[in-house]
Amino acid sequence: MSFDLSLIYESIPRMLSGIGITFQLMFLSGLLGLILAVILLLMRISGKWYLSWPAQVHIYIFRGTPILVQIFIIYYGLPQFEFIRDSVFWPILREPFGCAVLALTLNTGAYVSEILRGGVLGVDRGILEAGSALGLSARQKFIYLTTPIAARLALPAYSNDFISLMKATSLASTITLLDMTGIARTIVAQTFAPYEVFISLAIIYMILTWIIQKTFGRIEKYLSRYVNP
Amino acid sequence: MTNSTSDALIQMINVDKFFGEFQALTKINLEVKRGEKIVVCGPSGSGKSTMIRCINRLEEHNAGQIIIDGKELTDQVKDIDAVRREVGMVFQSFNLFPHMTIVKNLMLAQQLVRKVPIAEAHKVAMHFLERVKIPDQADKYPVQLSGGQQQRVAIARALCMKPEIILFDEPTSALDPEMINEVLEVMTDLAKDGMTMICVTHEMGFARSVADRVIFMDAGEIVEEADPEEFFNNPKSARTKAFLSQILTH
Ligand SMILES: Nc1ncnc2c1ncn2[C@@H]1O[C@H](COP(=O)(O)OP(=O)(O)O)[C@@H](O)[C@H]1O
Ligand SMILES: [Mg+2]
Repeated sequence: MSFDLSLIYESIPRMLSGIGITFQLMFLSGLLGLILAVILLLMRISGKWYLSWPAQVHIYIFRGTPILVQIFIIYYGLPQFEFIRDSVFWPILREPFGCAVLALTLNTGAYVSEILRGGVLGVDRGILEAGSALGLSARQKFIYLTTPIAARLALPAYSNDFISLMKATSLASTITLLDMTGIARTIVAQTFAPYEVFISLAIIYMILTWIIQKTFGRIEKYLSRYVNP
Repeated sequence: MTNSTSDALIQMINVDKFFGEFQALTKINLEVKRGEKIVVCGPSGSGKSTMIRCINRLEEHNAGQIIIDGKELTDQVKDIDAVRREVGMVFQSFNLFPHMTIVKNLMLAQQLVRKVPIAEAHKVAMHFLERVKIPDQADKYPVQLSGGQQQRVAIARALCMKPEIILFDEPTSALDPEMINEVLEVMTDLAKDGMTMICVTHEMGFARSVADRVIFMDAGEIVEEADPEEFFNNPKSARTKAFLSQILTH
């Protein structure tokens, strides 16, 4: 078979026109997912069963099922319910973009909350005892001791999850969104050249991964300044 | 109930402590007067840490009473906070806040707990860093300091809260031998200034020169209590004798 280089040159700019959607999915779900993760984490470590139990159920469901299935359930399943069609969220859930953001947020929130919990559990008990002995309240210890230390501990795993999230945005193309992958699929349908187009697409994703890795590397170095000053 | 006629700053009355089924403290009775220096020793696992950790509620006692400066330790957060404001603690493993510079380590609780304004907190921090002789390390992070320096910072951090009492839990056990003395010197200085101290340590030289009383614990009980002279020269119980012969032959 032949490998058509000119097709690559032509398709890359077209696919890049979808990078805006990819970024929107990534940053919006990343931010909302992080907020959700913190809420789930606080629920889990609250010590109150009626808070920790729902959080655990959420985490179990969203880690235990494929993200693609989650996207389908939200996109095809939710509109079946009249109360959802009548709700204030309908303008968002009616759109594939809103459904994709919702699915990615719920999914990444579950994973990230477990990552954050690992960080919180990794904080040396002695440091927190020193805080107690100095008279800090539970809340003050959480804000001034646990949070900064846990953030540093959790960052490497978090950066991996963020990369997973970036790649998972491509699944939004299955519900008609024209992100980079969605555009690639359109081009393939027109040109019948899946090989060239998808390899070009893979290269773009790899570059994005590299940039994310570098960025997190910098943040990690900053947060670790007190470990290797 | 909390009004005692005794002039003791710390009173432990028939204190029991359990970890599950296991009884870590049995009928502990201890009185410490203002300005007294107490050294606690005993074999590993005898309950020394547990006893002093009950005094600032890092552990919760299960029976008996603990009264600090007239305030009884109960489940009330208010009482616990009040006691913790009066009681400083120095740990074996220093437990500095690793993500903060030395001076920030000393300022944090002043600002959050005592609501001291930032400039004043900084001044107090520098004052106590000078007192433990490391003002030049103020802007470094804990990992950049030696163990002995870190422990002196930990002492300064406790002092910044202006406590009535300081508890030391084996403050030199994690240190390389050449750093032990710099920490003991700071502690001796504190003792001279009249600080009330309870110190779990096996530094018998320190005990002889500083302690008003030495307490020997074994299996969760206070076995013997005497002034240092008598404790070392004339121990009464067989368990104390066995313990002393062990650590003094090191
Ligand atoms: N958090 C805990 N849970 C269960 N057992 C504990 C705990 N802390 C201490 N103990 C037990 O209580 C006993 C006394 O411990 P500790 O006070 O640390 O002794 P020491 O300081 O004299 O070495 C030991 O047997 C120890 O194993
Ligand atoms: Mg101990």
